[in-house]
Amino acid sequence: MGKAIIDRPAAGSVLAGPHVVETKPVEPLRILAPDGNLLRPDLMPRLAGEELKELMRRMVFTRAWDERAVNLGRQGRLGFYAPVSGQEASMIGSEFALNRDDFICPGYRDMPQIVWHGLPMHQAFLYSRGHQHGGRIPEDVHVLMPQIIIGAQLLHANGVAMAFRLRNERRVVITYTGDGGSSEGDFYEALNFAGVFRLPVIFFVQNNGYAITTPFTRQTAALSIAHKAIAAGIRGVRVDGMDVLAVYAATKEAAELARGGDGPTLIEAVTYRYRPHSMADDPSKYRTKSEEEEWNRLDPLVRFGRFLEAKGLWSEEETANVREEAKRTVNEEIRKAEQTEKMTVPGLIDSMFERTPPHLEEQKAEFV
Amino acid sequence: MAQMNMKEAIRDALRTELARDPNVLVFGEDVGKAGGVFRVTEGLQAEFGEHRVFDTPLAESAIAGLAVGLGTQGFRPVAEIQFVGFIFEAADQMFVQAARMRYRSGGRYHAPIVFRTPFGGGVRAAELHTDSLEGLAMQTPGMKVVIPSNPFDAKGLLISAIRDNDPVFFLEHLNLYHAYREEVPEGEYTVPLGQASIVREGKDVTIVAYGLMVHTSLKAAEALEKEGVSAEVIDLRTLMPPDIDTIVRSVQKTGRAVVVQEAQRTAGAAAEIIAQINEKAILHLEAPVLRCAGPDTAYPFAQIEDEWLPTPSRVAATVRKVLEF
Repeated sequence: MGKAIIDRPAAGSVLAGPHVVETKPVEPLRILAPDGNLLRPDLMPRLAGEELKELMRRMVFTRAWDERAVNLGRQGRLGFYAPVSGQEASMIGSEFALNRDDFICPGYRDMPQIVWHGLPMHQAFLYSRGHQHGGRIPEDVHVLMPQIIIGAQLLHANGVAMAFRLRNERRVVITYTGDGGSSEGDFYEALNFAGVFRLPVIFFVQNNGYAITTPFTRQTAALSIAHKAIAAGIRGVRVDGMDVLAVYAATKEAAELARGGDGPTLIEAVTYRYRPHSMADDPSKYRTKSEEEEWNRLDPLVRFGRFLEAKGLWSEEETANVREEAKRTVNEEIRKAEQTEKMTVPGLIDSMFERTPPHLEEQKAEFV
Repeated sequence: MAQMNMKEAIRDALRTELARDPNVLVFGEDVGKAGGVFRVTEGLQAEFGEHRVFDTPLAESAIAGLAVGLGTQGFRPVAEIQFVGFIFEAADQMFVQAARMRYRSGGRYHAPIVFRTPFGGGVRAAELHTDSLEGLAMQTPGMKVVIPSNPFDAKGLLISAIRDNDPVFFLEHLNLYHAYREEVPEGEYTVPLGQASIVREGKDVTIVAYGLMVHTSLKAAEALEKEGVSAEVIDLRTLMPPDIDTIVRSVQKTGRAVVVQEAQRTAGAAAEIIAQINEKAILHLEAPVLRCAGPDTAYPFAQIEDEWLPTPSRVAATVRKVLEF
């Protein structure tokens, strides 16, 4: 992470007194060491063996799904797709900390969270292919569609959270953005509103170091994204985004605080994407091999896998089985997406308003 | 029945809907305790509580975004943007997020939101308080646009807008808030969205207007009457979707038309109305349809706004051009 650019004037100057705001770097919360050893047994989340296995299963599944999706994109069977490999711990760990009726306002990369929260995978594929049915979230799935306008979803999260509070429902909202997203005006406005109204929201920033080609140091001179919570007067937390237990523990606690009326939390998960920003991006232009290798050593699947293997909860065979299952599922779901009836322009027109107004009825006639 | 000005009629509509539907929420900058910078929401917080009528921090995008989120959960937000020029801060949330919610989700979610904002010239306001930005909203698929010209319509249209299950951009003309009082029924009634009203019957020429320009056009019609010209004046009331049928029927009768808008000339509401008259009634026209509008400049500084805005005499002059064609 970059160093803040603030140079402190010499003592005795106006801008050097105790009235000057100071911050210091924060260490990301880490519960598992990169070798899979438990660093902080005191903070180990209370998860049963089956739950730990399920976390691992979902991460392995998501990695295989991502690899397959990239290939499907190359074959032209998927459209817009933002790869997720490397971010499994931050995505899966945070979603796993929610209740089924908690709500997710995702960004465009956050497909795994909303699929694990209940969106059928073939609808995620339909969204990627540019089919309206992709956004038709089932009634019992508590998510919004992926948001393309970076920052907009954070403001929606506030509205959803206020709705829960007005109805006395003990539900929380989590919303995701990236490091680049923290430079948007909507990011600050969202944190600030949530602070003022003490809304039950978790603002979860996945800091993977790059916004397309632009490195984190070009986004902000702040010491971290978590520091930005200070400006809104809310809790800011930094976690190792390659450590699924740290992500889970931080999100779980933020959710419980929010549920209890204790307001929002900003969580920054420091992570990395092993793949390009999108299918149209070439990371070799702005990343070095050695940087990529360094992050490869922190692979969240390897780290958590070692931890579970040492406990006798996981094996390579299980990884192979889950990968096989993922491949099968993805193949079935992409076929389902491909077999979905094609959209029509009249259908699109009728989806604009509850009752199609006369000028649109007239335009519809041209397409029948 | 009670005598109300437009501001009081709007307040009465809000009160009626707050009382009728617990999902209606009113919020924005200074709308709570203070009752709004124009006192439109005065007394509502005291009557309905801070959970229903509340002040927000000063950030238009977050206000509109809050409305979008609440809308997905079944609430019916009435969000106020303090002055029309500040909708640019909220443009993504209004014109992208709210307007596309139903479409993007294939109908799973919708945005039953009213974005209220004052606008309109002739009141010597500061910069960016009075611009006519309805044209931007008219170009936004998924958004309805409503501009009342009188207290009775303001109440009925706002109640309709609040009950509508799609987003409505509701523009309130500053120069009409206190202009005059008229009889407004107590309790609930609606004026349907998408229906124009003929506010003056005539047979020689049709004048289409909305907002303050309805009154300007009525004054022009009175002047023209003295010259033996009978002008029919139509108040659009809803700009999107526009009531083309009422306009076309009138043009079929009169054979001539002028469209009056306070906004600058190019690509505004008038352009759309004229295009539709050309498409649907060209064989009834004795002359081209002309526009009376502000010039294509930025909204003028207060000193010259009365010259910049269409006046009754400019409207009458445009009508004479059409009659003498």
